[in-house]
Amino acid sequence: MKKSIVLMGNPNVGKSVVFSRLTGANVIASNYPGTTVDFSKGKMKLTNEYAELIDAPGTYSLEPSNKAEEVAKKMFNQADVIINVVNATNLERNLFLTLELLEQNKPVIIALNMWDETQHLGIHIDEKKLEQLLGVPVIPIVALTGEGINHLVDRLSDATINKKIQPTSEEGRWIEIGSIIKKVETVEHRHHTWRDRLSDLTIQPVTGFPLALGIIFSSFWLVLLIGENIKGYLLDPLFEVYYKPFILSIGEGIGPGFLYRFLISQTYGVVEFEEALGMLTTGLYVPLAMVLPFIIAFYFLLSILEDTGYLPRLATLMDNIFHKLGMHGHGIIPVFLGLGCNVPGMMATRALETRKQRFIAATLLSIAVPCLAQTSLLFAIFSEENLGEAAVYAPFVYLLLVFSTLIVLYFIAGYILNKTVKGESPEIFLEIPSYRMPHWKTTIKKTWMRIRWFLKDALPWMFFGVFLINVLYTIGFIEWIATALQPVFTALFGLPGETSVVLLSGFLRKDLAVGTLLSFPAGTFSAMQLVITATLLTIYFPCIATFVMLLKELGIKDMLKATVIMIIAATTVGVSLRLLLLGV
Amino acid sequence: MEKKSIPLSNLPVHTKAMIVDMHGGIHFQRKLHTLGIRKGQLITIVSKQPFHGPLTIKVCGCQMTLGRGMAHRILVEEQT
Repeated sequence: MKKSIVLMGNPNVGKSVVFSRLTGANVIASNYPGTTVDFSKGKMKLTNEYAELIDAPGTYSLEPSNKAEEVAKKMFNQADVIINVVNATNLERNLFLTLELLEQNKPVIIALNMWDETQHLGIHIDEKKLEQLLGVPVIPIVALTGEGINHLVDRLSDATINKKIQPTSEEGRWIEIGSIIKKVETVEHRHHTWRDRLSDLTIQPVTGFPLALGIIFSSFWLVLLIGENIKGYLLDPLFEVYYKPFILSIGEGIGPGFLYRFLISQTYGVVEFEEALGMLTTGLYVPLAMVLPFIIAFYFLLSILEDTGYLPRLATLMDNIFHKLGMHGHGIIPVFLGLGCNVPGMMATRALETRKQRFIAATLLSIAVPCLAQTSLLFAIFSEENLGEAAVYAPFVYLLLVFSTLIVLYFIAGYILNKTVKGESPEIFLEIPSYRMPHWKTTIKKTWMRIRWFLKDALPWMFFGVFLINVLYTIGFIEWIATALQPVFTALFGLPGETSVVLLSGFLRKDLAVGTLLSFPAGTFSAMQLVITATLLTIYFPCIATFVMLLKELGIKDMLKATVIMIIAATTVGVSLRLLLLGV
Repeated sequence: MEKKSIPLSNLPVHTKAMIVDMHGGIHFQRKLHTLGIRKGQLITIVSKQPFHGPLTIKVCGCQMTLGRGMAHRILVEEQT
């Protein structure tokens, strides 16, 4: 059997970066605790064989206190060799887990990461002495730049079961750590740096809140700006100038009829990419030209925010608000990730400690947090071109209506869930990492990894969605069900029967449903009806991929509960909006 | 003069103090311990969020945020 090597260490010490370095595989790493909530497996070449390398979630101790730490414990049990990644700038605290690991009769090697940072901070560590005291190899590394990684690999075979450290009580371990630190570490006094000052400004409430608002708004403004530019200057011209003539000439070859409608356009000889509904036109244009540019921009900015270490500070500022919703400040992380795509957002709920917190976070995420694909299509629906005659107010008024409804819903639903869901909501307990300058290579690589994930995982779904809708249209199923459901939608939400088409396709992929909305002839919906439909679409069900994730995270029983909540929320919001906006 | 111990939550921002005691269950104590919050350690408050929000503290060169309730159960002595 292959040898299994497991990376273990406190949260946010850079295990995932070490993992990428050792395996050449790409995993997401950030500057905040809890990025890795599941384990990643990879292959790593030793001198003459391959071993399996596992990146475990961070843990402070071998006695787990949340789900991610339980995963770490499990990984530990099946390991043949442990690479203990230690943050050299915070040796004292990291050594607790190290001692626990050393007591367990498994071969251990220690990677002393962030070695470069210790120099900036005026911390001197005698690594030779540390090696002597712990009885296992200690190798200083800088995972971000790759320094020392080769040395780590070379000495991997020296990993041994220590003979110096005896199992002891918790108190005993701390005494031991105290004496080790005294022997190996000296700290110089240093002056405050700009990073300390920035850290202070962003976490003091007086300056922190305005800065947080500024950072969030400018981030989203930048996403829109960058996205619009990629779309307008790169993808739109590509589609219009090069792709359109090509597709039209193919169309001529096919000739009018069923196949033409299916592949190219509902109207013979006319191709409007947003509305043609053909597999090769709208099916490609929606994901590639309308969604992808914003995905690129979003993940680029998210990577920067993550790598600087800002997010835990935001979590601190938001803690109070999220407490009212039964979570704590860390609940902002799933929301942030979910704004890109709900699937990684769902995974991030694992870093919350109790079932109640995870349930609330996951349910609210699927109800009220639109993913970027949806958001960019919302922008398309409420654009001047699409609204046309239907617009009574400026387009942004409608967008504002949709988003403020979602925000209000997030808070009201969270407040109610907090009061009704049984269980505990423990207080926040979160490490605040030092600010780090994002390493541009890492940032770009991470952005690229996420984009690739989107192309590989989300794009086929969108394409499949267009395909299915086209089939259902062609066989007349959509019209049939639209007629059948018409009375319900008209009675409850004051919407035309066509809405059922949209909501149906929305279950496959919401962004696509919004695309279907775009393809209806002008005048089918009034602007306010569009607001209601778009809001309902976001609320009623998450896309299939998110649903599967929800099932995985919550289990069947809680997933069903969450589903009932979604239906109730959608109905309540739909009816209220109808009363408020349509006045009937 | 004998020093008086106060809950960490009552310590003013940017004041240095020493941890003298912690109340709470074994689980709570353990969790704090693994993060380096122990008797005898020096601690400073970096920030306090309004309306009984969380505190950000600095202990052994590392910052962390913890809830007001937890901070209430950590007793400290102000250092002069």
